[in-house]
Amino acid sequence: MPVSERRRVVVTGLGLVTPVGCGVETAWDNILSGKSGASKIEHFDTSDLACKIAAVLPRVDGRAGGSPDMKGAFDPDTVMSPRDARRVDDFILYAIAASDEALNDANWTPAEQGDEAQERTGVMFGSGIGGLQATYDASILLHERGPRRLSPFVVPSMLINLTAGQISIRHGLKGPNHSVVTACATGAHAIGDAARLIQHGDADVMVAGGAEASICRLGIASFVACRAMTTAYNDTPEKASRPYDSGRDGFLMGEGSGAVVLEEYEHAKARGAKIYAEFKGYGLSGDAYHITSPAPEGEGGYRAMKAALRNSGLEVTDIGYVNAHGTSTPMGDELEVKAVERLLGDHAKDVSMSSTKSSTGHLLGAAGAIETIFSILALRDQMAPPTLNLEDPSLETDIDLVPLKAKPFKGNAAMSNSFGFGGTNAAVIFAKPPTE
Amino acid sequence: MSDVLARVTKMVVEHLDVEEDKVTGNAHFIDDLGADSLDNVELVMAFEEEFDIEIPDDAAEHIQTVGDAVKFISEKVG
Repeated sequence: MPVSERRRVVVTGLGLVTPVGCGVETAWDNILSGKSGASKIEHFDTSDLACKIAAVLPRVDGRAGGSPDMKGAFDPDTVMSPRDARRVDDFILYAIAASDEALNDANWTPAEQGDEAQERTGVMFGSGIGGLQATYDASILLHERGPRRLSPFVVPSMLINLTAGQISIRHGLKGPNHSVVTACATGAHAIGDAARLIQHGDADVMVAGGAEASICRLGIASFVACRAMTTAYNDTPEKASRPYDSGRDGFLMGEGSGAVVLEEYEHAKARGAKIYAEFKGYGLSGDAYHITSPAPEGEGGYRAMKAALRNSGLEVTDIGYVNAHGTSTPMGDELEVKAVERLLGDHAKDVSMSSTKSSTGHLLGAAGAIETIFSILALRDQMAPPTLNLEDPSLETDIDLVPLKAKPFKGNAAMSNSFGFGGTNAAVIFAKPPTE
Repeated sequence: MSDVLARVTKMVVEHLDVEEDKVTGNAHFIDDLGADSLDNVELVMAFEEEFDIEIPDDAAEHIQTVGDAVKFISEKVG
């Protein structure tokens, strides 16, 4: 659909639950100041695991150094009663918390406004894995005590689309209710797909994003088994996530959720909503190459970016900042840089590209959502967040990889990349708010 | 019987997050105490666990009130 014929989509609300804090401004301040969300895993036994660290969400109960006094510590009691929280896996809890913040930020309350508002507001939310801890616990219980001991809440804890379901029930959102599962590209796909639904007229407002809570024994052990995780920095967790650095040895797992409220432009204008940015472009591609390794030359990622740029109607010179997929794996980081260089051509020297995974770790299915939000905030503040631990780059490039410290940039648009196992790629592009 | 009532009351208060004075013999789990069908299943499982008994599905369907539960459990535990 040509740009001129489709409905315009803007971002009117943001919500974040991340290892560097809950709440958009708290997390963003911590990202810009170079804070790491990494810590030693202390809430389950890691003695036999090759990886003993993660970017664990700090909680008010003391987990990951959190406390009631800590700004941005996660407090499950503010989301649900302890009774209800027992019946959902953490990934759903995080999704609800992030979408609560985003809807509140957007000042959009369909349940108070009637049928039309409710039926025109939908949810597109996903997760890479879903209720892994719930699945693990249920499996142990089944094995040890038999089927009669399984709770009726096992299934609604595991299912990925229960993020979208729970959010819709909580806020009375009766529009499209859909879910995305594309591993580490989930969050970006959810936001892109949600924007498409608005462009095509299926909804006026969509809550979109991703959530993940797979920092558990099964999650860590399984990713270690496919040789994707860092294992060399167990004594210095904050050094583990180091995209593009020659000392990188795999990704650091993170957890949390990101949610955005996307809204049709005229709808947002009519109600005087605050507008963060305009959704401009979305591109998707498949590698058709390997289940876990990216295609040579980052060719699949390149095609997703190229498609997003074409879809946006922008010129490559409009892009000032790229939030990289950049997971801190030996192969993936360099291939992505090559693909972005190919896309940008001579403009590469004028672009800042960083990986905020150096702060948050890799939130898998939530990564694309929180990184879209960081891209939007970078665009708003014209400030590129840093790539932490980038001390000795393993590659040469004209692109500024924003080592160690945040840095101002100039640009009308920002792009966020997300690539997932299975060879699935997504890129989304946002521009400054419309001026007319 | 009174011991069973006290234990059932405590469990209902915990599982359904309701005030203790609402948990009377006539209180209906769904109509009076805010439970849904999945809550009922979970509650019956909790009774099985607490009293070390088995409550078959067809019997569970007839446990609709606090009194029903206390009566069934009391008969089972003798």
